[in-house]
Amino acid sequence: MFPRERVSQSVLTMIDCQNLTKQYGPLIAVDNMSFQVRPGEVLGFLGPNGAGKTTTMRIIAGFLPPTAGSASVCGFDVETHATEAKRKIGYLPEGAPSYPEMTTQSFLEFIADSRDLMGTHRNKRLKEVFNLLHLEPVLEQTIDTLSKGYRRRVGLAQAILHDPEVLILDEPTDGLDPNQKHEVRGLINQMAESKIIIISTHLLEEVDAVCNRVIIIDRGQILADDTPQNLEARSRFHNAVSIKFADRSKLENARTEISLLPGVLDTEVNQNADRLTAFPADGQMLLKAISELANAKGWDLSELYLESGRLDEVFRTITGGAAT
Amino acid sequence: MNGTLTIMRRELRSYFSTPLAYVFIVIFLVLSSWFTFNFGNFYNGGQANLAPFFGYHPWLYLFLIPALSMRLWAEEHKTGTIELLLTLPLEIWELVAGKFLAAWAFTAIAVILTFPIWITVNYLGAPDNGVIMAAYLGSLMMAGGFLAIGSFISATTNNQVIAFILAVVICFAFLLAGFQPLLSPLVGWVPQAIIDAIASLSFLTHFSSISKGVIDLRDIIYFALLIGTFLYANVLVLHMKKTG
Repeated sequence: MFPRERVSQSVLTMIDCQNLTKQYGPLIAVDNMSFQVRPGEVLGFLGPNGAGKTTTMRIIAGFLPPTAGSASVCGFDVETHATEAKRKIGYLPEGAPSYPEMTTQSFLEFIADSRDLMGTHRNKRLKEVFNLLHLEPVLEQTIDTLSKGYRRRVGLAQAILHDPEVLILDEPTDGLDPNQKHEVRGLINQMAESKIIIISTHLLEEVDAVCNRVIIIDRGQILADDTPQNLEARSRFHNAVSIKFADRSKLENARTEISLLPGVLDTEVNQNADRLTAFPADGQMLLKAISELANAKGWDLSELYLESGRLDEVFRTITGGAAT
Repeated sequence: MNGTLTIMRRELRSYFSTPLAYVFIVIFLVLSSWFTFNFGNFYNGGQANLAPFFGYHPWLYLFLIPALSMRLWAEEHKTGTIELLLTLPLEIWELVAGKFLAAWAFTAIAVILTFPIWITVNYLGAPDNGVIMAAYLGSLMMAGGFLAIGSFISATTNNQVIAFILAVVICFAFLLAGFQPLLSPLVGWVPQAIIDAIASLSFLTHFSSISKGVIDLRDIIYFALLIGTFLYANVLVLHMKKTG
């Protein structure tokens, strides 16, 4: 009701990292990172291999203590109130480790017991999670006989079993086929509303599919912190217009004419020499002008579309060309 | 406490879902009876007791217990499940205690399964069953000591072979700490008090009195302290590894 109460309430329901630093000998894996995440946010960590994504997640999950700085989850410091913080978190470690000799069912029962789920609630949650991740066919199978996709799903089941307020998923769709990826992303979206979710990924399409916030990390530092839409808007492809001719010989001619249009900064032909892209000068919209030009000239176009911006290109620009 | 029980249950289940448990139990039973009947002078001794049987326990434990304990932590580190364990809302001491108690309970099962030899000796003669019970207790306390050392060593390395070898060597040192030929190089230049202290750490000394039926509180305290010390060191090592 009062502003002060609202503030403390929001502190209690979020992840707060202050000047987080992790050093391994001479190597600085996480370098003075500060950020906060609030409920309803699905934060994607993007960055080249070795950028510090996994280390940051491990610190928040309580597996590694920070060298300096602090992290708190729902008001609990991950070092001084480790157990309370861990209760709030569901964590899928990189590679989804589990005990190979256990069956799916006994493994998840073990997690339920470790998380103090009891009685009918325990059995209800187990059933729900079996159902949600389609684990029924493999409940009696030992984990070492499962396919990679099933193993990943067992790992996810383990993370969401206690219906945590915070979910930290390190590469949740790694090793899944496209259908399974789609399903897991659906699941994340479904849970997104009420939880804080942090995922790390190499896949830029995943960011588009599930995240409403992206932090790009390289060498332990935050290089960008924005919505996927705003990041795409940084791309030179943002609001660019691409056209494709039914007859590609017409392309060069059209290129000259389009470059003369007002507001066109540059034009580019792709490697196959069949698509022409016109880049706008700051804030200009080209779609109307180009489609009118095409009409006037009677061009036989097979495609004409407005580009929304390419995340991969932004990613490469920001991280200095390092490949994912 | 609940966490300890949860971990203990998981571990015990895991023993029996791999061949490890059955191999261990069979080898323990075969070797313990083979030693007893072939080298222990069990029949020819003409005495109705199990001294020949218990006399070989320290030497069986020396190799079998490190084989059991080597995987306790090294395997978790190797497969990455340590990350899962340490991010569950459990204290590190609960994990250490749970794993230790499971391994100890498992050893107890193997030891209890030697009961046919107890039946045999009762069939052949009239042994003092009180002495036999005391010897079983002493044997289990000693197994606990070996296990605590092995668990600690396993936490220090990701490599199970190294964990095995180091545990055998350290257990061997504890076993023979009171053995005169090993202590003689120290005599003369090391104060007698220290030599006595080293000798008093010996497993054999403490085990032999219990196995003769003399339950001296000091021997029980010795093994309890030894177990406590190494499990505490185990917790510290896991903390240190976490900090890097």
